[in-house]
Amino acid sequence: MKSTVLRNVLIAASILAAATVTTTTSFAAERFVFVSHAPDSDSWWNVIKNALKNAEHDMGVTVEYRNPPTGDIADMARIIQQATASNPDGLVTTIADFDVLQSAVQGAVAKGIPVITVNSGTAEQSKKLGALMHIGQPEYDAGKGAGERAKAAGVTKFLCVNHYITNAASVERCQGYADGLGVPLGGQMLDSGIDPTEVYNKVKAFLASHPDTNGILTLGPNSADPVIKYLRDTGSASKFKSVISFDLDSDISQAIKDGIMDAAIDQQPYLQGYLPIVLLTQYVRYGVIPANNINTGPGFVTKDNIALVEKLAGEYR
Amino acid sequence: MAEQSHAPAAATPVLDVVDERLTRQSRWRRMLSRPDLGAFAGAVLVFIFFAITAGNTGMFASDGVLNWLTVTAQLMIIGTGAALLMIGGEFDLSVGSMIGFTGMVIAIPTIYFGLPIGLSVVLAFVLAMAIGALNGFIIVRTRLPSFIVTLASLYMLRGLTIALSILFTNRTIVSGLKQYSSGSFVAQLFAAKLFPGFFQWLADNGIINKLPNSQPAVPGIPMLLLWALVIAVIGHIVLTKTRIGNWIFASGGDANAARNVGVPVSAVKISLFMVTAFCATVFSACQVFEFGSAASDRGLLKEFEAIIAAVIGGCLLTGGYGSVIGACLGALIFGVVQMGILFTGAPSDWFQVFLGAMLLIAVLFNSTIRRRVTGER
Repeated sequence: MKSTVLRNVLIAASILAAATVTTTTSFAAERFVFVSHAPDSDSWWNVIKNALKNAEHDMGVTVEYRNPPTGDIADMARIIQQATASNPDGLVTTIADFDVLQSAVQGAVAKGIPVITVNSGTAEQSKKLGALMHIGQPEYDAGKGAGERAKAAGVTKFLCVNHYITNAASVERCQGYADGLGVPLGGQMLDSGIDPTEVYNKVKAFLASHPDTNGILTLGPNSADPVIKYLRDTGSASKFKSVISFDLDSDISQAIKDGIMDAAIDQQPYLQGYLPIVLLTQYVRYGVIPANNINTGPGFVTKDNIALVEKLAGEYR
Repeated sequence: MAEQSHAPAAATPVLDVVDERLTRQSRWRRMLSRPDLGAFAGAVLVFIFFAITAGNTGMFASDGVLNWLTVTAQLMIIGTGAALLMIGGEFDLSVGSMIGFTGMVIAIPTIYFGLPIGLSVVLAFVLAMAIGALNGFIIVRTRLPSFIVTLASLYMLRGLTIALSILFTNRTIVSGLKQYSSGSFVAQLFAAKLFPGFFQWLADNGIINKLPNSQPAVPGIPMLLLWALVIAVIGHIVLTKTRIGNWIFASGGDANAARNVGVPVSAVKISLFMVTAFCATVFSACQVFEFGSAASDRGLLKEFEAIIAAVIGGCLLTGGYGSVIGACLGALIFGVVQMGILFTGAPSDWFQVFLGAMLLIAVLFNSTIRRRVTGER
């Protein structure tokens, strides 16, 4: 009996080993690693994963998507170090926290691995790290653009629902919005957490205790979806002069169509997944790379152009 | 351990028979009945697995080895504390939150109140061990399960970390510590790289890889590894060679019986909670000085990793049995599996499934081996 347990364990181990061997050896082309900062629970990154799959297929390369399961940036630094040790042909990473990731990314650059930074972070930080280029949306400017839109709509007091408060870029978005509006940020940023029920109730509590709030900014589907539900449940959408969200998913585009939400700031994440792989492939094969950084956003999605976007939301938009 | 008595029947008294508890077991027999034997076998299995699946991916090159050794060392530090506490019959679920909390205690006073960095570190250790003592005191006094009491501290410490960092700094990542810490003694103590000259020599002689700028791929041994080693060795010696070690086993085995023979059970348990808090603070100090920043989400779920390391290493969840060496091997298994899966290039959506499966296999293998050789049923 005991020996069968032992044998089964060994058999299971060898099956697992065989399965992994086949996944590693079935491609012989360039291998790139894409490291994000997003915890497993962040659904927005699905678009990027789809983009990576497309790029993998179109370029004939392999791409490994990696992320720290809990969103801990210190763990992300370890993953970058691990990726560096595995000698990939190229590395794509977000700059979720410059200080923490600095030595890890510079280690990859020092080893001669071409690095492109995407999404979070600024062009200056990317340059400092020794990356080839940065592909993303300038967070502060995007927030400011939203703030200016809100100001034109007459917003005076706002709520910024921040579902990822440990990411410096999230705070910058709220700060940009406040500056665009021309009011201090103060206590108008809410640390909502990522659990939808929690977000819903925290927003409800905030709006009950701040009844003069007339503008809302959400930083992505994780904070937007519960807010949309709140606005639908209470029928209070007309009370707010401007409701804007970062990023897109099917709930947000439906809300825009229904007039509950005014606009979504689209940073076109598909490009942040697809372009770095395409560019790295060309760089590795032919040594060519654009000389500038690429801004994939901000683009505003409103009632006027929603039809085009809606079909692909959550998958490629 | 349930050994069958071989004492002769009472009817035929033999005067020179030795008490069976004092009979000398053979060295071989003693080695086989160690709690950490299964973990050792598990570690060998894991290394064979990755030698096959990831042998040529750079996992066993110098920088690859450093990568999984670093993760192992981190886990060894908190795993040793968790193992000692678990042998003493209790759990500490507040380890992960303690890591985030103490990181902030080091960073915020230094950057925002101008406290010298050395003092901030001392403050972090003192606060952490005081909270550990409080945890232990509540558990000993109320006889509530440590699972519940430390679960409460898990939430309170995490909440405090977020609330205080927002209150004092209006942000949840406090960075820019490097300019205060560079060159200071504490930064050296927790984040120095040892023997850079030796590694340069290794690289110059082609023993380890060189970077294109002629720096070695591994600049030195991080202090983290030394801390892990020192904590593990001290933990092992205290547990196996001292009276305190016997007290720990006795407190975890049967607290009442231990009290009756004069073991200071309450003091032992409270001290063990202080030890886990100390280990968590060492973990966070190394992390804070390596990265130059503290964040309120650091250490998420680390309490479970510490417990997993101890359990893979043969500690019983019921207390009274286990070893520090086992916990270190458990940390090695977990660290190698965690990073090794990334080297194999397995798709990341499946990462946690693989991780869980590998752990289950390692633990099953480990307990099967142990049962076979100890003849337990």
